[in-house]
Amino acid sequence: MRGRPLLYTSYASDMGLFNTGAKKAAFAVLMALGLTTPFLLADVELQLLALACATAIGAIGLNLVTGYAGQVSLGHAFFIAVGAYTAAAISGDPESRTLGFGIDNMLIWLPAAGIAAGLAGVIVAPLATRLRGLYLAIVTLGLVFVGEYILTEWDALTGGPGIGRQAASPALFGYHLDETDVFMTRDQKLYLLMFTLLVVFGLAGRNLARSRVGRAFSAIRDRDIAAGVIGVNLPRYKTIAFAVSSFFAGIAGALIYTISGRFDPGQFGLLLSVQFIAMILIGGAGTITGAVLGAFFLTLLPRFTRELPGLVPFIGGQATDTPNVFQLETVLYGVLIIIFLIFEPRGLFGIWVRIRNYWKAWPFSY
Amino acid sequence: MRQAAEAVIRGLGLGSIYALLALGFVIIYKATRVISFAQPAFMLAGAVLVTYLVGPLGFYLAVPVAAAATAALALGVERAAVRPMVGRPAFVVAIITLGVDVAVRVVVNAFIGLDVRHVGDPWGLSTVTIGGLLVEQRHLAMMVVTAVLVAALFAFFRYTRMGLAMRAASYDQEAALAQGVSVGAVFAMSWGIAGALAGIAGTFAAVGASVHQLLWIIALTALPVIILGGLDSLPGAVVGGLIVGIVQEVTAVYQSNWPWLGQNFSIVTPYVVMMIILLVRPYGLFGTREVERV
Repeated sequence: MRGRPLLYTSYASDMGLFNTGAKKAAFAVLMALGLTTPFLLADVELQLLALACATAIGAIGLNLVTGYAGQVSLGHAFFIAVGAYTAAAISGDPESRTLGFGIDNMLIWLPAAGIAAGLAGVIVAPLATRLRGLYLAIVTLGLVFVGEYILTEWDALTGGPGIGRQAASPALFGYHLDETDVFMTRDQKLYLLMFTLLVVFGLAGRNLARSRVGRAFSAIRDRDIAAGVIGVNLPRYKTIAFAVSSFFAGIAGALIYTISGRFDPGQFGLLLSVQFIAMILIGGAGTITGAVLGAFFLTLLPRFTRELPGLVPFIGGQATDTPNVFQLETVLYGVLIIIFLIFEPRGLFGIWVRIRNYWKAWPFSY
Repeated sequence: MRQAAEAVIRGLGLGSIYALLALGFVIIYKATRVISFAQPAFMLAGAVLVTYLVGPLGFYLAVPVAAAATAALALGVERAAVRPMVGRPAFVVAIITLGVDVAVRVVVNAFIGLDVRHVGDPWGLSTVTIGGLLVEQRHLAMMVVTAVLVAALFAFFRYTRMGLAMRAASYDQEAALAQGVSVGAVFAMSWGIAGALAGIAGTFAAVGASVHQLLWIIALTALPVIILGGLDSLPGAVVGGLIVGIVQEVTAVYQSNWPWLGQNFSIVTPYVVMMIILLVRPYGLFGTREVERV
């Protein structure tokens, strides 16, 4: 096979994690870039990148259930919330006004957040296995509203709307990852933590997608009845899809709010779900890379729109102006979703595929 | 008992608004097989337009004009964002309407600003006593308007050429095309009707209260309504709307007996009712069971 890197002689090598040399090289470059970034960029930018990494984990989760398994879920915000509050409650200060158990070891609260959200996913799954398409979308939408209501009312846990509570604080065996010390600043540590976890969960998601479970997901997405006929156990795999997706969402929820340090129940509304949907649609539904691209794109977008008031005179930078950048950002979410769905349904990943295929065949046009 | 009866009447009033919104969703669904998440934006747009028009035109003229303008807006959205997507999966189109909703709502919100805007209705919170029951006039107005509109709609679908075309297209698009029905016109018509209904519903949702940026949440309550009634059933939308309205108002009266439910449990009752009914009947109360072929 020497000299024929694209000739696969077995299914396993075709489905390999890094089945081409280019993928291997690109992954290595990205790793090197990701690990050197904290020493090149200012702390403000690092904080944003850390947020993007954590958000990307959640986007991968939504992509597993919506992109791979084809089950439209508008309820992602709910699972994010479950993760965020589980983590915050476990690591919270027992002396404070809100519920807390004072266990700040990440190795405990992070998996716990994922598992709690995953269980919530399993509880929702019976509804999901009975319903399809738009019915499912609306039921998961209802989940967001019910969840938001519970969080607003349960202020012993959440601190109540407008006030909020302390988020989970990441520490490994007493070493605090959210405090500046002599080696690194808070943001450098947080970024490295989020980046590492993104790599771990990205690879986990990719591996799941190319396994038996992932193939079952794709079969269900493409035609669920046909999948059932050829022997895919529909209730079982739909439950798995929701559980895994919610697990990722829980992890992401636990991590996202450690960066800002505080959060309140008003954040887990429909808009959060729409943002995640936007991420996977803009990034590319049904691909892990796409979810990551979309999460980075939408998280970094405000960084650029905030520059607009300086460039475009009629857009205000304050929330009291009309039109202001915040309104513009929200409109952009909507408009970007529409533009991508109409012109590039495979998202940013599709654009990349098109560029890659062009250069693969270059100088021939087909 | 009197308390309960009054709650039921309030529920019928609120339910009428849900019914109007739900009819919009169902009409669009029947024509295009898509749930339009843009309804909340149209509803808000209609209410805001009325607050601006009520000064020069008066309430009774402002509402139809605003409804017509919302219908025009809906037509524009359909032509620009939805028509190019004909033949694509329903989920994709639904998400596009979600994008439309977010975008339009921001623009409309800019017209609300931070002021309190009123639709300038003649009823306000004044009441009338009927058979010993204290009834708010606005709830009676909502019921009457909804009853008239529902009757008009049913007559439209039953007796007019366009109504027949719309029924044919929802039954089988290709066969309707082959018979000379302009399916494009049916799409446009359904979006127009839905937009007008949403505009009127928005206005009446703000009667006795004010137009504020969170008014659109009411339109999302119509989503459990259509699921409850069945996505493709017009009577289901009306019945479902009334059920949800009554359940919500009755819960609001009695929820204080169960303090652990929290203070605003009535807000989420539509979703709870929907989830319970869906566990038993996955296609809602009146929806047709889809026949799936591989």
